[in-house]
Amino acid sequence: MRRFSFSRLWAIALKEVVQMKRDRATFAMMIGIPLVQLLLFGFAINADPKNLPTLIVDADGGPFARTLVHAMQQSAYFRVIGTATEAEAADALQRGDTQFVLNIPVDFTRRILRGEKPAVLLEADATDPAATGPALAALQPVIRTLFARDLPGPLTSLIPEEGPVDFLIHRRYNPEGITQYNIVPGLMGVVLTMTMVIITALAITRERERGTMENLLATPVRPGEVLAGKILPYIIVGYIQITLILIAARWLFAVPFQGSIVLLYTSALLFIAANLAVGITFSTVSTNQLQAVQLAFFFFLPSLLLSGFMFPFRGMPEWAQTLGSALPLTHFLRLVRGVMLKGNGLVESAVHLWPIAIFLAAAWTIALKRYRQTLD
Amino acid sequence: MSSDLVIDVSGITKRFGGKTVVDRLALQVKRGEIFGFLGPNGSGKTTFIRMLCGLLTPDAGEGTCLGYDVRTQQAEIKRHVGYMTQKFSYYDDLSIRENLDFIARIYAVPDRRAAVDRSLERLGLASRSHQLAGQLSGGWKQRLALAACLIHSPRLLLLDEPTAGVDPKARRDFWDEIHQLASDGLTVLVTTHYMDEAERCHQIAYLAYGRLLVRGSVEEVVAGAGLSTWEITGPELGRLAHHLREQPGIGEVIAFGNTLHVSSPDSTRAAQMLASLVPTHRVRAIEPELEDVFISLMRTAEDNFQ
Ligand SMILES: Nc1ncnc2c1ncn2[C@@H]1O[C@H](COP(=O)(O)OP(=O)(O)OP(=O)(O)O)[C@@H](O)[C@H]1O
Ligand SMILES: [Mg+2]
Repeated sequence: MRRFSFSRLWAIALKEVVQMKRDRATFAMMIGIPLVQLLLFGFAINADPKNLPTLIVDADGGPFARTLVHAMQQSAYFRVIGTATEAEAADALQRGDTQFVLNIPVDFTRRILRGEKPAVLLEADATDPAATGPALAALQPVIRTLFARDLPGPLTSLIPEEGPVDFLIHRRYNPEGITQYNIVPGLMGVVLTMTMVIITALAITRERERGTMENLLATPVRPGEVLAGKILPYIIVGYIQITLILIAARWLFAVPFQGSIVLLYTSALLFIAANLAVGITFSTVSTNQLQAVQLAFFFFLPSLLLSGFMFPFRGMPEWAQTLGSALPLTHFLRLVRGVMLKGNGLVESAVHLWPIAIFLAAAWTIALKRYRQTLD
Repeated sequence: MSSDLVIDVSGITKRFGGKTVVDRLALQVKRGEIFGFLGPNGSGKTTFIRMLCGLLTPDAGEGTCLGYDVRTQQAEIKRHVGYMTQKFSYYDDLSIRENLDFIARIYAVPDRRAAVDRSLERLGLASRSHQLAGQLSGGWKQRLALAACLIHSPRLLLLDEPTAGVDPKARRDFWDEIHQLASDGLTVLVTTHYMDEAERCHQIAYLAYGRLLVRGSVEEVVAGAGLSTWEITGPELGRLAHHLREQPGIGEVIAFGNTLHVSSPDSTRAAQMLASLVPTHRVRAIEPELEDVFISLMRTAEDNFQ
């Protein structure tokens, strides 16, 4: 008799759908929020992120190559995190482990000494143009003063007017630096966080506030059935929101979609479930709907500010990055941008999936523990 | 025979933050009985009922409900109990039919659609089945609540002030229905503040400050109180009532329109006192009523526990 009953779960889910239909305002909000946010966030907030991770692929190994690397690091925009082979660097860029890859060609030092103007290739992960833009702008002055010390006296004549090195900048994933490419996929996570947390927190607190919880608890329905029945309809709502945003991304903002839509939809389930669990946890600690909404905002604001949606993640101070890393939205943003703009597959997405999975497990444990079957 | 006892609990205690709300309560209710549960506001009636149906865990005490242990077999108890909460607790934004259908699904009622139809028919809700529950008047809400808690054919009905705010005709219909159900073998535990409803119960119990003060049939409770009551008519009853309340030996003085009811646990002393009024007022000994008994009980309880 203590078995989980799917028909009871189904009863709750059906009831929830009818209530959702009757509550026009909330329903409109769930559909309206993604649309309004899409239109509002046409403009991004720019920051000036520094210390961006940079990988060096040095095929030359000469002293001038080292000078170049050193000068870039001096500018404070680039932080060299190591050297790598070409293949390793490509992977790191794809996963988002590095923001830039600097490729120095084989005969770099020799060509400088010959007075030629060698080219170096700087690849940038431009999914978030706000993050890479200032760094790229800072390159020009770096180049101009380069080698002033290494080429003293008569050799000064080797330094051409516009600098001794040609920088080829390769903006990967978002060549034109269009902010919408970054914002629109990010909105998907933001909208899901906002509605999923608030709606579930409300759905359960409402039962307690209106007294219907007492009735529900007096029936044989089990906590798992109530929770599952309550979140099922909202998972579907979440998918409707995702679809709306994808449609807008495609036809309103012309954001490219490189990766697998199946991968996006399946990983979204993890993220939606994590947010629903947060909502349920909030509902177990609030006594009325107002409190539930306040708690939901308490969670939503840091998510919005620290996840890398509003400001480039790498531009934030250390403590903010640590805090941000604990939030599922941070990882979901990277995942969505990776799938949409870089065409990431499951392997590259895995690094973003497991933090969400850990968060999900923790949130559900708390939610189920806190959800009481009695009125005590 | 213990199998005849639908509710058999003892020592049931519940504390909320150091305050004992139900205090070592023992109660036996037989099958097919309508058991009235009375007591002033805050005396612990709702709390006790919630413990019976597994919504609250007792801090102490043991016993069985429908043969299941109230502490460990709450899930089984829930399947066979119909609980009507004090505050209407069905979904305002669902229609009558949707509410019933929901409850029927939760209890996995066989042949659900027919069961819902029967229940709508039986309580006269059929013509309103598409109305939202939130738009119903008090009397109709109460009918819906009763229909909903009967839909899974429970063996025990727990009704917490089911007729609060319901008009006299609807209340009478409701009680006729309860008696009908009881004669079919359903056991009913009902709380109420109305004396006329108490008188329609087979057994009553009176609770104050979480303790059971008396129990028995209405006649037993009235007789057991050892109260004598007089009815007084005559001029200036207001001033007289004031005067009488000051006198030792007089218990309660209650004004009823053009008469005063005076009751006292000390019959001889009160009789002497009232005899002095005879030239100006008419004094007549009457049977004490349940209300007199309860008010007297409440007063005594206040003196003892506060
Ligand atoms: N969850 C709770 N937490 C703290 N105190 C509670 C709780 N539930 C009830 N109480 C207190 O317990 C006491 C008994 O309440 P209860 O609702 O059982 O009384 P009642 O007899 O049903 O009263 P009424 O006739 O007004 O319905 C009250 O003083 C109430 O404030
Ligand atoms: Mg009560």
